[in-house]
Amino acid sequence: MTEKVLTKNISKVNETTPIDKYEACEGYSGLRKALKSMAPGECLTEVKNSKLRGRGGAGFPTGIKWSFVPKNEDCLPGHKYLICNADEMEPGTFKDRLLMEQDPHQLIEGMILSAYTIGADVAYIFIRGEYRLAIQRLNEAIKECYNSGYLGRNILGSAFSLEMYVHPSAGRYICGEETALINALEGKRANPRAKPPFPQVSGLWGRPTIVNNVETLCNIPHIIHKGAEWFKTLGVGEDSGTKLFGVSGRVKNPGCWELPMGTPIRQILEDHADGMQTGLNFKGLLPGGGSTDFLIESHLDLAMDYNVIGAAGSRMGTGTMIILDDQSCPVGMVLNLIRFFAQESCGFCTPCRDGLPWTRQVLEDLENGKGSEEDLETLAYQVKYIGTPGNTHCALAPGAMEPLQSAMKYFYEDFKNHVTLGRCPYEIDGVH
Amino acid sequence: MIENIIQSETSSTLTSEELQLINIELSHVPQKSGAAIDALKIVQAKRGWVSDECLIAIAKHLEMSAEELEGIATFYNLIFRRPVGDKVILFCDSVSCWLCGCENQKQKLSEILKIDYGETTKDEKFTLLPVPCLGACDKAPVMMVGDDLFTNLNSSKLEHIFANYREEGEK
Ligand SMILES: Cc1cc2nc3c(=O)[nH]c(=O)nc-3n(C[C@H](O)[C@H](O)[C@H](O)COP(=O)(O)O)c2cc1C
Ligand code: SF4
Ligand code: FES
Repeated sequence: MTEKVLTKNISKVNETTPIDKYEACEGYSGLRKALKSMAPGECLTEVKNSKLRGRGGAGFPTGIKWSFVPKNEDCLPGHKYLICNADEMEPGTFKDRLLMEQDPHQLIEGMILSAYTIGADVAYIFIRGEYRLAIQRLNEAIKECYNSGYLGRNILGSAFSLEMYVHPSAGRYICGEETALINALEGKRANPRAKPPFPQVSGLWGRPTIVNNVETLCNIPHIIHKGAEWFKTLGVGEDSGTKLFGVSGRVKNPGCWELPMGTPIRQILEDHADGMQTGLNFKGLLPGGGSTDFLIESHLDLAMDYNVIGAAGSRMGTGTMIILDDQSCPVGMVLNLIRFFAQESCGFCTPCRDGLPWTRQVLEDLENGKGSEEDLETLAYQVKYIGTPGNTHCALAPGAMEPLQSAMKYFYEDFKNHVTLGRCPYEIDGVH
Repeated sequence: MIENIIQSETSSTLTSEELQLINIELSHVPQKSGAAIDALKIVQAKRGWVSDECLIAIAKHLEMSAEELEGIATFYNLIFRRPVGDKVILFCDSVSCWLCGCENQKQKLSEILKIDYGETTKDEKFTLLPVPCLGACDKAPVMMVGDDLFTNLNSSKLEHIFANYREEGEK
């Protein structure tokens, strides 16, 4: 049995964990330990040693990211900010919602500890506006924390003070990109900022700012409480810790489970999601949300580790996989994704603003049986041009191209068939 | 003098409760425009949407141009610049829901309410909008009606959900 760390207070019944119940299960022990016996620098060392990597998609080592925040004596006096990225709008991603709805205190404790480590005095939870239940439960939990002395001035009698706010987003996928998120928090249009300067040095209101994903932050209390060495033993592959892995699509038992880092894909798919629904066969999967490359049957024994999935030509992303079955059209699936990305482009740079609607148009033509050989060449060109990092201002556009480029690699026959048949081959009596 | 005019014009459009809530937001931002999105949301929460008149009043209160605020308001999916029904239906049309047949459910929903995306029912009870992934992909297809999430949608479930709303409305 896997040790449950992040989800030990989470059950099938969607209930929150109130503060007394959270405390009864070792909650706030990490915070008590740190404030009593660990300097911020020691906390940073622990997080660095844990080899925790960001769970928001890019997998950047958390401790290293934090180490770029200037020390108080090295920057002008003023605020430093910690932001929890709870935007979760990546299609096919459903893990942060669970953590916030059912164990809000775990996230809050993680944020207090992270803020203590980097020296932040103000923290925001930037959360999807649609997550009404999570917003309500987080607000209640924050109130409980102020009443119990975990937030506010002189936390647990220490010299450390922190204010925390929940900020519901007004809705836009690009708000999840950390510099766009910062612009949204400043009340502006959420266009990404140019880097450098990096937010660690100049972020919210020009002040040092760290942005971390919900799941990343939820790991911190456990790392501080039980130590980096323990955390490293949780993974079964080369990465440390556990991970929330999800499976959606037409499988028997879609869901989200906490498993060791490095769990093989097949095990997640077969032992937890119980395999494909009757009458359907596996065709491919996006391992970590809508902006990751397809993997196929031959990849099923790979471990869900950042570098392993990366070496196979895809990305771990958010670790919530989307399964394509053999009776759903890969072109239709990619079209659905490209529609999303075209709609959510922030409009700042031309390859993305104009290129994605163009790609969408070509795919629509193909899917509607009006495609030509030339369209396939156009798609290949678009993948190359829009998909190359550096041609666009942020990672949205290259991310949008990942499912398309890999679908063209693995399911090229399907693309071709749309042209030769003059219709979608998966269409039965005109219905998809 | 001008200050006074602006003040009185502003307060004639925005209620004192709205102004009070906006002023709370203003207290945690270093510059007034920083509360732009919050202010739009506060007004929308009370009225369902943000009219031109309200937008101009908010802009004045935050000392920004109405054009700049409009650029912000129209950027975000959940700020409504046109009237909406009592409840907004956010229907997920993203990938996992698509794989699980959301297009058929959308069609069914449109038949029940006789509206398409972007439209409001005649009785002004519901507005239907597509929304990207609602983070409940393991329970696809899904939608929100007002604050409530509905999962594993199928035709009979949809019938049932809206029959209940109708009954509630008649009470
Ligand atoms: C278009 C786009 C959308 C993103 N959306 C999210 C999101 O919803 N949640 C998230 O945690 N990270 C998202 N990210 C990644 C963030 O920019 C950032 O890398 C992440 O929040 C860092 O947290 P981590 O280091 O804990 O992973 C997105 C990135 C891009 C380019
Ligand atoms: S790549 Fe797209 S989302 Fe990113 S800055 Fe350019 S237009 Fe905006
Ligand atoms: S795709 Fe519909 S909830 Fe995620």
